[in-house]
Amino acid sequence: MDWNLLISQLVNSIQLGLLLFLLASGLTLIFGIMDFINLSHGSFYMMGAYFCGSIVAATGSFFTGIIVGLVGIFFLGALVEWLIARRLYKENHLDHVLVTFGLILVFDALVHIIWGPSGLSIPLPDFLNGQIQFGSLVFPVYRLVIISGGLAVAGILYLLISRTRLGMLIRAGASNRDMVESLGININRLFLFVFALGAAMAGFAGMLIAPITEATIGMGNDIIIIAFVVVIVGGIGSIKGAFYVALMIGFIDTMSRSYLDDFLELLVSTAAAETAAPAISAMLVYVLMAVVLAFKPTGLFPPTAGNR
Amino acid sequence: MINQAKYSLLVAALALAGTAHADSVKIGFVSTLTTPAGVIGADIQNSVDLALEHIDHKMANLDVELFMEDDGFKPDVGKQKTDKLVKQNDVDFVAGYIWSHVLLASMNSVLSANKFLISANAGPSQVAGKRCHENFFSTSWQNDQTPMALGEHLNKEGIRSLYVMAPNYAAGKDMVAGVESIFEGEIKGKDLTKWGADAQLDFSAELAKAKASGAQALFVFYPGKAGPAFLKQYQQAGLQSVLPLYSVFTVDAISLPRLQKAKLEGVLGSKNTQAWSPDLDNAANKRFVGDYLAKHGGYPSFYGAQAYDSIMLIKSAVESVNGDLSDKNAVRDALRLANYESVRGPYTYGNNGMPIQNFYLREVVEDDEGRWTTKVVETVFENHQDPYASDCKL
Amino acid sequence: MVKSSGTRSGKVYLGMLFLLSIAPFLFQWTNQPFLLDLLSRGLIIGIAALSLNLILGYGGMISLGHVAYLGIGAYCVGIPAYYDIYSGWIHLSLAVVTCALFALITGAVSLRTKGVYFIMITMAFSQMIYFIFLSLEEYGADDGLVIYARSEFPVWINMEGAFSLYYWIFGLLILTLFFIHRLVRSRFGRVIIGSKYNDLRMQSLGFNTYGYRLTCYVISAVICGLAGVLLGNFTSFISPEMMSWTRSGELIFMVIIGGTGSLFGPLFGALSFLFLEEALSLITIYWHLIFGGLLIALVLFGRGGIDAWLSKLDK
Repeated sequence: MDWNLLISQLVNSIQLGLLLFLLASGLTLIFGIMDFINLSHGSFYMMGAYFCGSIVAATGSFFTGIIVGLVGIFFLGALVEWLIARRLYKENHLDHVLVTFGLILVFDALVHIIWGPSGLSIPLPDFLNGQIQFGSLVFPVYRLVIISGGLAVAGILYLLISRTRLGMLIRAGASNRDMVESLGININRLFLFVFALGAAMAGFAGMLIAPITEATIGMGNDIIIIAFVVVIVGGIGSIKGAFYVALMIGFIDTMSRSYLDDFLELLVSTAAAETAAPAISAMLVYVLMAVVLAFKPTGLFPPTAGNR
Repeated sequence: MINQAKYSLLVAALALAGTAHADSVKIGFVSTLTTPAGVIGADIQNSVDLALEHIDHKMANLDVELFMEDDGFKPDVGKQKTDKLVKQNDVDFVAGYIWSHVLLASMNSVLSANKFLISANAGPSQVAGKRCHENFFSTSWQNDQTPMALGEHLNKEGIRSLYVMAPNYAAGKDMVAGVESIFEGEIKGKDLTKWGADAQLDFSAELAKAKASGAQALFVFYPGKAGPAFLKQYQQAGLQSVLPLYSVFTVDAISLPRLQKAKLEGVLGSKNTQAWSPDLDNAANKRFVGDYLAKHGGYPSFYGAQAYDSIMLIKSAVESVNGDLSDKNAVRDALRLANYESVRGPYTYGNNGMPIQNFYLREVVEDDEGRWTTKVVETVFENHQDPYASDCKL
Repeated sequence: MVKSSGTRSGKVYLGMLFLLSIAPFLFQWTNQPFLLDLLSRGLIIGIAALSLNLILGYGGMISLGHVAYLGIGAYCVGIPAYYDIYSGWIHLSLAVVTCALFALITGAVSLRTKGVYFIMITMAFSQMIYFIFLSLEEYGADDGLVIYARSEFPVWINMEGAFSLYYWIFGLLILTLFFIHRLVRSRFGRVIIGSKYNDLRMQSLGFNTYGYRLTCYVISAVICGLAGVLLGNFTSFISPEMMSWTRSGELIFMVIIGGTGSLFGPLFGALSFLFLEEALSLITIYWHLIFGGLLIALVLFGRGGIDAWLSKLDK
C-alpha cells in the first residue's frame, strides 16, 4: 500500500471537491431561492478565469487579478440577473433551461471574439509555483493554495449564512420564498445579491483552477453538469448539502481515476480495463445521483420545511 | 408562407453554388477553426495562405480555389463538411484533417467519390494498413512512427522503465502502441485520459501515480490545449528532477510561446521526436520558416509545415498533368512521385501513400532572439517506413 | 392544437408535406445533391423531435436525455454491421427492443420524480449510456464506428442510394405524424395531456397516470430509436458524441421553436434549426453568438413558436 500516493490523492480529492463546492454553492442558492435553473453558471466560471487572466497580464499581479476579477464577475452576475434572469422567475423550468443554454452559446462566442480561440495562460508568482515538503510527501504549493482558498470561502459563506441578517433572509428564502416576500422584504434586491454572489463564487473557482489548466472557451460547460449533480444530490437550496456532496464527489472521481483501472484489471484484460476505467469513473457520479434520487428524492440534506 | 421560405432557400443555394469554373483547381481543406483547438487551425490557415502566396494562387495556370472548413473537433461534423466539399463544392482534392478520428469518419466520403485525399496531419494505422487506398496520400507521417523514434532514442539512452500518459482516442492509442513496440524496458504504468471537446485537463491524480511508480522517465502525448496544461502541472509538481519528460506532439511552436510567457523553464531541454523541425537546412524550409517568422512574429508548427507541403504536393501533381485533372491516373502517378520541394527535405512514398522519411530528435532551446523553439540534435531514423505498410494490399 | 386541413395553416402544412414528397426530384432537377442530404438529415431529426414532443409537449415530461435513443438506434445498425450482419429487419427489431427496454427501465425510475429532478435524472441516464458506449473499445468508442453498407431489405425497398433512403425517412415521417395524430386524439392521449396540466386530478378520476406516462415514454423512445436506425444509415458513421446531453438540449429547442403540443411544430422546429445552423455558419464562424441570441429572444418574446405564429393566419 503506497501511503504517499494515497495521501496525495486524498489531497487532490479535497481540491476537486472544494472547487465543485464553489460552483455548486452558488447554484444551489440560486436554485433554492429563486427556483431558477441556470445552465450558464459555468460561464461565470469561465469569465472569472478570463477576467483574472487579462488583469494579471495587464498589471503583472496575481492578487490584483483575483480581487478585481471578483468584483468584475460580481457585476457581470448582477447584470445578467437584471437583464435576463429576472424576467424568467415566474416562468417554467423549461424556459430557464432554454434561455441559459442560449446564454452559454453567447458567452462562448463572446470569449472567442474578444480573446481568440487559444486559451489564456495565467502565470503565477514564483513563490506559488514551487513545492512544499511534509516529511516524504511533496505537494505543489498552489494546490494547497486552492484548498485554503476554497475553505476560506466556505467559512465566510457559513458565517454569512448563519450569523448575519442577510444570511437569515437567504435561509428563509430557500425554505419558503413566498413567506419572505409577504413579510415585506425587498425581494428583488435579495435575488440580485444572491445571483451576483453565486456568480462571484463560480468566477473565483475559475480563477483558482485556471493557472493550472489555462482559461479556455467552454471550460465551464462540463463541470457545470457535475455541479448540478452536487446540487440535486445535496438537496436544492442546501449549502451544507452542497459542501458534503461536493467533497464526496471529488473523492469518488479522484479515487476512481486513480485506482479503478488497477481494480478492474483483477476482473478483465488490461486493455479493456484501461479504456473502461476512465469511462466508468466518469459514469459513477451519475449512478450515484440516480441511486440517491431513487431513495431520497429531495436529496441528502434538504433545507428544512421546504416549500417544494 | 412556408412554401415561400423553401423557394428562397432554393434560390439562395443555387446562387451560392452557381460559381463553378472548369478552369480552376478546387481544393477542400478540413481543419479545426473553433474550440480551443482552433489555434492549430489558425496556424494551418497561416501556412496555407503563405503557400498560396508563394505560388501566386496558381497551379499550372489554373486559379486555385481553396475552401477551408471547420470540423469543430467532432468526427460527425468533419464528415458533414467533407460531404459538403465533395458534393456541393465539387472539389478535386480534399486535404487537411488534424484529428485521426475525424479522418477515419470522413475518408469514405472522399474516396468513394473518386477524389484525392491528402492528409496533412492525421495518420491512423487503419489508413496506412488495412484501409489503404490508392487515392490517399499523406504529407505528414503515420501516428506510430514518431513515438517509435522516441522509443528508439530511449533505448539508446539506457532508460529501463517508463510511465506513459496519453489521451483516450485513436491517435493517443497509436502513440502509446508506437513507443511500446520499440521500447525495450518496462512500462510501469499507463494512463489514458478522457479526450474530446471536454477533455480532462487536471492531471493531478495521474501525475501522482506516475511519480509513485518509480519509473525512470515519463512519456506523454498531449496535443492541443492539453499540452500547456499538462506541462504546467508537471512543473508545478516538481517532477523535472525526478521524472524526466519525453514527449511527442506536445511541445511545439504553438505551445512554446505560451509556455515561455508562463515562464515554464522546466520544458527547456526536454526532448521530443518529429519528422520536421523549423531549423532543418533546406531551401524550401528556410523560405517557409523565414517568411512565416517575418509575417507572424513566431515560428510555424509542424501542423503548418505539413499543410504547406500539402499545397505544394498538389501543385506538383497539377503541373505535371498540365492542369488536365480529368486524367485521374496521371494525377495519381504524379502525386505518388512526391516530386516537389518539401520543407522536410526529399522523401518518397510507400505503397500505402505514407511518406518514407527521416525522424529527428529535437530539443527545446532558446534561439538567438530569445524565442523558445526546437532544434535538431540528431537523426534517429533514416528513411523510415511505417509498420503497417505490409498490411496494405496495394 | 390539432388542425383540420380546412384551416389556412392546415393548408400550409399539407403544402409542405407535398413539397417534401417530391423534394428528391426537385433537387435532382436543380442539381443540388447536397441539399437532399441536408433535408434527409433534417427529417430524421424532425422525427426525433416529434417523438420528444409526444412526451414533452403533450405530456409535460421534460427529458434532457432523449438523444440516447437516437444513439441506441444508430448503434443497433452499427454493431451488427461490425459483425457483417446487414439485415434491415434485424436492425429494426433490435432497435425497437433495446429502446423499449431501456425506456422501460429508466422511465420506471425517472417517472417517480417530478420537475427539475426528472430533467436531471433523464440527463443522468443518457450520460450513462454515453459513457458506456465511450468505453466500448471494440466498437470504436470515442473514434466512432464506420458503417460500410446500408441496412439490407428485399430489393424493392432497399436503402441504397440517396433517393431510396430519403423515401424511407419520408415514409417513417408520415407514419409518425399519423400515429401521433391518432394517439393524442384517443383516450390515451387525453389522459396524457390531462396529466400534464393536473396530474392529481387525473389520478382522482381513477387513471393510473404513472402507467400511462410510462407507456407514452416507451412509445416515444421507440419512435426515436427508429429515427436512430435511419440516422445510422444516413451518416454511415456513429459516435457516442451523438448522445451527449447538449444534443438533447438542441432537440428540446427544436420542439420549442416549432411549438410544443402541436402536431407539425417540431418538424418545423427541426428544419428551421438545422437550416439556421447551416446558413449562419456560412456567414461567420461566430454563428453561435447569433444563434444563442436568437434562442434567448425567442423564449423571452416569442410564445408558442412557429406554430403559434402560423395560427395567426387562421384569425
